Amino acid sequence: MKIARRIAWVLIAVTVLMCLGAGFLAPAHYATQFREIPNAAPSRAHWLGTDALGRDLFSRTLYGTRVSLFMAPAAALLSTLLAALIGGAAGYLGGFWERVAMAVTDLILSLPWLFLLITVRALLPLDVAPMTSIAVTFILLGCLGWAASARVLCAGARSLRQAEFVLQARVSGMHGFRLFAVHVLPNLKPVLYAQFWISVPVFILSEANLGVLGLGVAEPMPSWGGLLRELESMWSPMAEAWKLAPLLLLVLVVGSLQLLISQEEVA
Amino acid sequence: MVRNVVHHALMIAATALLGGLLTATMVRFAPGFSADERQLDSRLSPESMQVLRDARAAERNVLPFYAGFLFRAAHGDLGTSRTLNRPVRELLAERWPATLHCAGIGLLLGWVLALTLAVSAAMLRRGAYDVFATVLAGVVLCIPSAVLALLSLFANGPAALVVALIVFPRLYRYCRNLLGQSYTRPHLITAYAKGLSGPRIFCAHVLPLAGPQLLALAGVSVSLAFGAAIPVEAICGIPGIGQLAWQAALGRDLPLLLTLTILVTLVTLLANLTSDVVAQALAPGQGQE
Repeated sequence: MKIARRIAWVLIAVTVLMCLGAGFLAPAHYATQFREIPNAAPSRAHWLGTDALGRDLFSRTLYGTRVSLFMAPAAALLSTLLAALIGGAAGYLGGFWERVAMAVTDLILSLPWLFLLITVRALLPLDVAPMTSIAVTFILLGCLGWAASARVLCAGARSLRQAEFVLQARVSGMHGFRLFAVHVLPNLKPVLYAQFWISVPVFILSEANLGVLGLGVAEPMPSWGGLLRELESMWSPMAEAWKLAPLLLLVLVVGSLQLLISQEEVA
Repeated sequence: MVRNVVHHALMIAATALLGGLLTATMVRFAPGFSADERQLDSRLSPESMQVLRDARAAERNVLPFYAGFLFRAAHGDLGTSRTLNRPVRELLAERWPATLHCAGIGLLLGWVLALTLAVSAAMLRRGAYDVFATVLAGVVLCIPSAVLALLSLFANGPAALVVALIVFPRLYRYCRNLLGQSYTRPHLITAYAKGLSGPRIFCAHVLPLAGPQLLALAGVSVSLAFGAAIPVEAICGIPGIGQLAWQAALGRDLPLLLTLTILVTLVTLLANLTSDVVAQALAPGQGQE
């Protein structure tokens, strides 16, 4: 298991470094078209061949990985912050506010994740600039993905409400937001940390699902979802196996993250 | 018990109604809500245009629209789908069996697969087998649902199998942990030491311990299966509720989206309630632990 975790760390590190160096490593810009060779097989010039529009698939995979791999943690951070605010505050305040917050949480959790995501994403503009579509997609993930974490944080804050050090702080005259920020929130840090890491692979996969369904990042900007959508135009996975490279990379990275997260959870 | 069920039923109804109201509000304030592509049709007369504008105006004020929707729904009228131009009730009746078939069989297959692997891994207690099952579930978990549906198209695989593959790793993880914890209990170790057979220990000692929690998971898995049905039906072209939800979302079809949100919320919450009630009936007191 130790070796597997080391391999997972190395794999993530290599992927991150390759994404950061996409500008140097990629043989072409992600939007550059080689119109004379659409759907080309791998060659020395195009390591993973080209897509239906003649764009270099290796370059697009590098840039697409950068989008998915860096934006998913940003969305996870947003959702964890929202969970800390909503769940943490609800557990800390208790009573009416806790009941209201948990009712909203229950409502969000009662809807299947993909149904909720597709419904809300479809309501937002789809014909937007690529950069805007990245922001819309990942902000949406962050804004909708807080419910499960909020429930855990609410339970954590509720148990802290009656903790001796909180009661002592209250007796000393510390109240309201200051007490929450100084004593409650720092003690929820391990839970926040765990919830953040759990959210990252979930958001990577959610973006991929949205992308395949055509609701993700807009063209020509690549993302894992957009790259996987191109599998639709594939004739046969056996005959064009190189087109599965983005899927393989996604599985390896998400698998590595899951492996490292399970280690964190055990710890 | 009865009081508890009534309380839960009221909570479910309130949650579903709140879900409907939130959906109506979101659709109302979504960009481009007031635009109707039918207004671009130059063949329509000014009177027809006015009718379209009036229909939109009626949906503009969320609260009266939602109250009217609920009133009509109580009388069996769920409205007319704007994108498909057909009564929502008719659409649901037509598409429900396809989803029930796809998600139902998929859920059953997923459970069979997850339980077979989890039970055998827990009973055999062989490292290699456990690693194999965990890696298998882990790899499937890392593939996006929509990609699994796409790959099944290439393999001409049944849609229910895709739903099973989406549901299975999530169920397996929980079942494996639950059974693993159950097998470490002192009385089970004693039973092993006394020479009781594996199947007997499982049926007499493990199942009563893990059963209520597995039942609770069964309720959650209904929501998982429905969520899985959306990309599967959309990609594989199955005319079910999942595909309908997908079309409604893309077409911003307010009456259809409202009905679907309330319906999905009700189904998932009812499934959770049923599994909770059954679990509590089977093992009273365990739920309060």
